[in-house]
Amino acid sequence: MPRIFGRQREKPSSGRARSLTEPAPVRWLLTAAAIGFILLFLLVPLLLIFAKAAEDGFGAYIAAVSEPYALAAIRLTLITAIITVPLNLLFGLAAAWAITKFEFRGKNILVTLIDLPFSVSPVVSGMLFVLLFGAQGFCGPWLQEHGIKIIFALPGIVMATAFVTSPLVARELIPLMRGQGTEEEEMALTLGASGLQTFLRVSLPKIKWGVFYGVVLCSARSVGEFGAVSVVSGHIRGLTTTVPLHVEMLYNEYQFVAAFAVASLLTVLALVALVLKSLIEWKTSERGAQR
Amino acid sequence: MSDRQRGVLPGFGLSMGFTLSYLGLLVLIPLGTLFLKMAAMSWSHFVEVVLSPRALAAYRLSFGAALSAATINAVCGLLLAWVLERYYFPGKRLIDGLIDLPFALPTAVAGIALTTMYAGNGWVGQHLASLGIKVSYTPLGVVVALTFVGLPFVVRTVQPVLRDLPVAVEEAAASMGAGRLQIFFRLILPELLPAAVTGFTLAFARGLGEYGSVIFIAGNMPMRSEITPLLIMIKLEEYDYAGATAIALVFLVASFATLLFINALSLRVGARARTG
Repeated sequence: MPRIFGRQREKPSSGRARSLTEPAPVRWLLTAAAIGFILLFLLVPLLLIFAKAAEDGFGAYIAAVSEPYALAAIRLTLITAIITVPLNLLFGLAAAWAITKFEFRGKNILVTLIDLPFSVSPVVSGMLFVLLFGAQGFCGPWLQEHGIKIIFALPGIVMATAFVTSPLVARELIPLMRGQGTEEEEMALTLGASGLQTFLRVSLPKIKWGVFYGVVLCSARSVGEFGAVSVVSGHIRGLTTTVPLHVEMLYNEYQFVAAFAVASLLTVLALVALVLKSLIEWKTSERGAQR
Repeated sequence: MSDRQRGVLPGFGLSMGFTLSYLGLLVLIPLGTLFLKMAAMSWSHFVEVVLSPRALAAYRLSFGAALSAATINAVCGLLLAWVLERYYFPGKRLIDGLIDLPFALPTAVAGIALTTMYAGNGWVGQHLASLGIKVSYTPLGVVVALTFVGLPFVVRTVQPVLRDLPVAVEEAAASMGAGRLQIFFRLILPELLPAAVTGFTLAFARGLGEYGSVIFIAGNMPMRSEITPLLIMIKLEEYDYAGATAIALVFLVASFATLLFINALSLRVGARARTG
């Protein structure tokens, strides 16, 4: 119950005995240094995005986020996320179920393989799909003969995004489900529930916040993926540019206000993800406290 | 192994089958092509590409900047975890929530924001410029971007350890006359160090492969401020797939070595926790 501990120590500096905390000037100095670091690396960049986006007024902002290319980019990003997130959710659920509810040889290898995309640079991840499906790639000639386009088109963007974000849900669920064991599921089965019923009624409710958090994280990353998508997209404006790529193109064309305006949409989305995360943490710690 | 030994729950075949096919199709086959492509290359060509001065300069910058950023993150991450867990100040909740921003914010957005902020005429850059320090479009800019990207790791690994540290140990030490500095360096820091090292390694591995936030701020001059992922990107854009593959492979092996190091480290830390 580590979280409950954290709650009780809401004001540790005032609650702690004098011998167990630092002298006030030291506390102030350390706090000031920490806040300074946060200002320089998090808060000021965050404010700057919105300030630059609003520099030319409300009209310019609306124009930048509602021009046809921006709308096409938003559409492409949403389609990519709508395909990627459910696939990775299914993968995460299946992988976590297999790994935490059963014993089998090579389990550690499987866990390492699931984590693998995290240690591959996004650019390299995108490159793998170019090597496979690009014009000079292994399947390139065959695909060309049959008129199938994967690279510089939606399928390539979806695959690259799915590759990069595939560990997120599984990573969230495996530690959570490992701690829960299999007793309750076994009990449900003994009492006559079917396998599917057991999963839906017993297992899923226990991990619903973990699933929710995994989906939030996976969505945020899918929407924002840049390096891998950059390699497979080909930067065809209005056709294969996702929102982050659209931001890049605007920025490189010195359309700074428009770039930051579109970037501010992504920033709002990231902030929503952070709020949801805090909410989930608050919810789960509250439940822990009731037990 | 029979089903009895494995467990009594249903769905092993289904979940395992889906996991392996998804992993195989999406991750393993694409990674395999990297090695196939590499096998088609002659050894001398491989060595020539991988050890070219431009590639060597890119590795140096990537590893150097990732190492510097991870070190900054280790020190500042310890400080942040400490302040967030032990002290109270207004806005603490907000800052605690914001720590994860680099996980959620698209890297390209972070890149353009940091570049604008630290450019010669930017909010922070103009003050640094008057001191003679240039950040944007220099290797220092790469370090700044990687520091942003790796910021949450050390904070988030150290925080739970610090939270669960028993107060009784500190009380006992204090009652026997130990000063705060002594308690921190002899009692608290050794407890936090394994978590901090894990966070450091994660930040380092993340910084090594980072692309989106760096390319805007780096200036991207060959031999000087060109990171390895960008060099791979440039080779791809020139349709030099063999060259891109060779550099990517060397880079990948370095990243995996880091991953193995993390795993070995966490195993050792786990073993220590069990015996201690």
